[in-house]
Amino acid sequence: MGDFHNPEADLDRFRFRSGFAAIAVLLAFGLLLGRFIWLQVVQHDFYQTRAEDNRIALIPIVPNRGVITDRNGTVLARNYSAFTLEITPSRVADLEATIDILAGIIDIQPKDRKRFKRLMDEAKNFESIPIRTRLTDAEVAKFAAQRYRFPGIEVKARLFRQYPLATVASHAIGYIGRITDRDLTWIEEAEKQATYKGTDHIGKTGLEQRYEFELHGETGYEEVEIDAGGHALRSLKRIPPVSGNNLALTLDAKLQEITEQAFGDRKGALVAIEPSTGGILALVSNPTYDPNLFVDGITPDNWKELNEHPSKPMVNRAINGAYPPGSTFKPFMALAALEMGKRTPSQAISDPGYYNFGNHQFRDDKKGGHGSVDMYKSIVQSCDTYYYMLANDMGIDNISKFMGQLGLGQRTGIDLGKDEFGESKGVLPSQEWKRQRFKKPEQQKWYAGETISIGIGQGYNAYTPIQLAQATATIANNGVMFRPHIVHHIIDTKTGEKRLVEPQPIRDLHLKPQNIEVIRRAMVGVNKEGTGARAFAGAPYEAAGKTGTAQVYSLKGGQYKEGGIKKELRDHALFIAYAPADNPKIALAVLVENGGFGAQSAAPIARMVIDYYLLGKLPAGAAPEDSSAIEEEGEE
Amino acid sequence: MIDVMGTLRRSWAQLIAHIDFPLLFITLAIMTIGLATVHSATFDGNQRLFSQAGNLGVAMLCMWFVSRLPPQKLMGFAIPLYVLGVILLIGVFFFGVTVNGARRWLSLGFTRIQPSEMMKIAMPLMLAWYFQTYEATLKFKHYVVATLLLLVPFAMIAKQPDLGTALLVGSVGFYVIFFAGLPWKVIGGLIAIGAGSAPLLWTMMHDYQKKRILTLIDPTTDPLGSGYHIIQATIAIGSGGAIGKGYLNGTQTHLEFIPEKHTDFIFAVFSEEWGLLGNTLLLFLYTLLIGRGLMIASAAPTLFSRLLAGAITLGFFTYAFINMGMVSGILPVVGVPLPFMSYGGTALVTLFIGIGILMSIHTHRMLVKK
Repeated sequence: MGDFHNPEADLDRFRFRSGFAAIAVLLAFGLLLGRFIWLQVVQHDFYQTRAEDNRIALIPIVPNRGVITDRNGTVLARNYSAFTLEITPSRVADLEATIDILAGIIDIQPKDRKRFKRLMDEAKNFESIPIRTRLTDAEVAKFAAQRYRFPGIEVKARLFRQYPLATVASHAIGYIGRITDRDLTWIEEAEKQATYKGTDHIGKTGLEQRYEFELHGETGYEEVEIDAGGHALRSLKRIPPVSGNNLALTLDAKLQEITEQAFGDRKGALVAIEPSTGGILALVSNPTYDPNLFVDGITPDNWKELNEHPSKPMVNRAINGAYPPGSTFKPFMALAALEMGKRTPSQAISDPGYYNFGNHQFRDDKKGGHGSVDMYKSIVQSCDTYYYMLANDMGIDNISKFMGQLGLGQRTGIDLGKDEFGESKGVLPSQEWKRQRFKKPEQQKWYAGETISIGIGQGYNAYTPIQLAQATATIANNGVMFRPHIVHHIIDTKTGEKRLVEPQPIRDLHLKPQNIEVIRRAMVGVNKEGTGARAFAGAPYEAAGKTGTAQVYSLKGGQYKEGGIKKELRDHALFIAYAPADNPKIALAVLVENGGFGAQSAAPIARMVIDYYLLGKLPAGAAPEDSSAIEEEGEE
Repeated sequence: MIDVMGTLRRSWAQLIAHIDFPLLFITLAIMTIGLATVHSATFDGNQRLFSQAGNLGVAMLCMWFVSRLPPQKLMGFAIPLYVLGVILLIGVFFFGVTVNGARRWLSLGFTRIQPSEMMKIAMPLMLAWYFQTYEATLKFKHYVVATLLLLVPFAMIAKQPDLGTALLVGSVGFYVIFFAGLPWKVIGGLIAIGAGSAPLLWTMMHDYQKKRILTLIDPTTDPLGSGYHIIQATIAIGSGGAIGKGYLNGTQTHLEFIPEKHTDFIFAVFSEEWGLLGNTLLLFLYTLLIGRGLMIASAAPTLFSRLLAGAITLGFFTYAFINMGMVSGILPVVGVPLPFMSYGGTALVTLFIGIGILMSIHTHRMLVKK
């Protein structure tokens, strides 16, 4: 570029560059010509043969998806075969008109058209897309008689997923849906493209997603000779598909169903675990939804209703809801104190009904206090003052360290969802956590006053119901913690072999037996003479338990009065339990959102679950909500 | 009576005054081959053939109209079209409709538009206008600004993702900058940087993306997956041989082995039926088209029209080269149609607007001089 402008030089330069471009174009086309000569002259014979071979088409045969059964063999997910009417859009010139004509033969509703449109937008255009599912035999016959009028449209036999128990355990089982681009990436990353040729559904949530590659099976092929019109002449070879592997769960469907019924229309979650293995016996998140709605592609109306409903049925509260544990935290605090030597069982404090720290007064729920309180009484009567003091004596980082060992604020690693990140972590507060959680320096500092309310399970504490159940199961199992899992074994359909999902001990906390015994006695006391006594009255076994109430609404110094507060601001009710106390077979955590006191609505559900699991029957006159328990509750 | 004939003749002359016949004949020759191939590819019905013929009619009307607009008027469209294009691309980014997993379309209620298509014309128009405006004071910074004007829409289209269109828009813009005199040193530097960063890019790619490239090198590693299209298209071309299997006799085509056979992979259909002979003819026609375009560019009187004509012409080349390269398995598969051959109304209209611009530049050149 010169400093002054010279149009002649510009034109020369342009012409020079045009000439350069022309040479580049010739070279590029020369390269193409070279490639054509290579393919069409040099390698012509080879490709000629390949083209001849192409008269044989490989048609994928989709395998049966594995069946899911509960621990007693009750079927939770299975397949059935049905006819669908499918259109290959790229082979049909005027879709709208064709569908209009088609509608004269076969009943096609506006919702079918809507779904077809939606699927077409998602699909690749050489795929066939269902316009109608579940054709009747009469419809199939009707179409067959006129199919010559509809090139590009055919009846196909397809397998459909069915969840016979509908809403029962839907959060655990999950559902399948049509493969989307994101799923394709997943398939590609797992290098399973070949196996998914012909498959159009994939696990979207829950077990269906976690065990997708077990459940799917191996696609088979049929080699078919085709004529010049592309029609199949005869089958040359058939490599049958291998059905997907079946899953047998640790879950008890009947127990699950009874538990879901016990929740009624209350929101909440329950996780019941076999302490000695980590096997999940029931995993409830209420309200639930019907996974069958998703199988054919959920309608936008249904989807909207499920997603926008204020009670959030699509959220799996058991693993994704994080709640303050309230007083259910106290047995764990007491155990930490024993293990760290901060308290002895008999060491008693005097409770005036409040605890002063700095210029703030932390109040006990019982006016005038519980008097002289030792560890046993602190759990049985749920004394707050005892734990305010204890928390202060232990310090936040000691608490955090012990609770972390118990699995609180950690992902449990349950086998649900695509990977471990489908599960929420919750919040295990510590100085380090606060530093990372907040940005402003003045918020990053941990104040000693904040430790006090941590002691009674309030403050920053937030754990998922499955974490609480796992922690309860761990103390029930003398400090050996197992990874919670829902699949008991996988049945390999190829070999018939049963692959057991081995119980995986995560860690042994090496708790002192005498310490565990102290906590066990106190938790048994809760159900005998304490806050859980009404719910467990007349139980023929000994159950260890602890009630809890988690504040949703903070009352600045005011008295909590149930009637005066809107339902969605009522406290969450919690209960943890294991039974039989001397040889635990079941450990659980229950949460009822806005259920009020733990003894009132959570403990009766726990009683039902334990009775049914241990005795095979429900407690006589089991009341889902025990409103008279309110007065006896002595917490917070 | 004689007067009537004279009037008719004069109006006819007026109507065709801005048509460049060499360009028109070359284009129509390729179009004829294209329509015949669309017919072969969609043999089970004539719907596509008629529809494409209709598209051709509309596209030629657009060409005729554009050819009558003098280049000065075209220049007036540069900024409005470019700004509108960018706004619509932003609209796609936020409110776009997702089809086949890519967000390319904007729904207007009654119809959908694809703003990236508009950019194919708006981009060279804008950059040519820009260089014309600063013709007298051209400095290095102007190349930088032009590059930015190019990169913003390019990135937005690539993000949709629509790699094919992004490549076309990007290359057409680059050609303007190239013809405007981007220093050779910079071009060399860009090539060096590109080559140097290739290994880095490789380590940053996802496994499946790497796989796509490996599939190109050896499609047989994944015969049921992404290698399928390439393998089938290569078989079609190779089995066509020197003189082809004959019109409507391509087995690959008619046994449905070729995917998207009337759109992106139409070259495989043509090549199977017409062989090396047909391919050579097609390459020859494209060479004529590009040659005529570059001639028009070299004869153009202003910088604006020169740059615009040069870039549009090389744009045709890019289309043709990428498409035939991918179908014959020497370039990765990106969604680029074969110009004047592939089925599709929108693309055809854009192509003919390009031809119309070339015609306008050529037929108005004398007027400018006078």
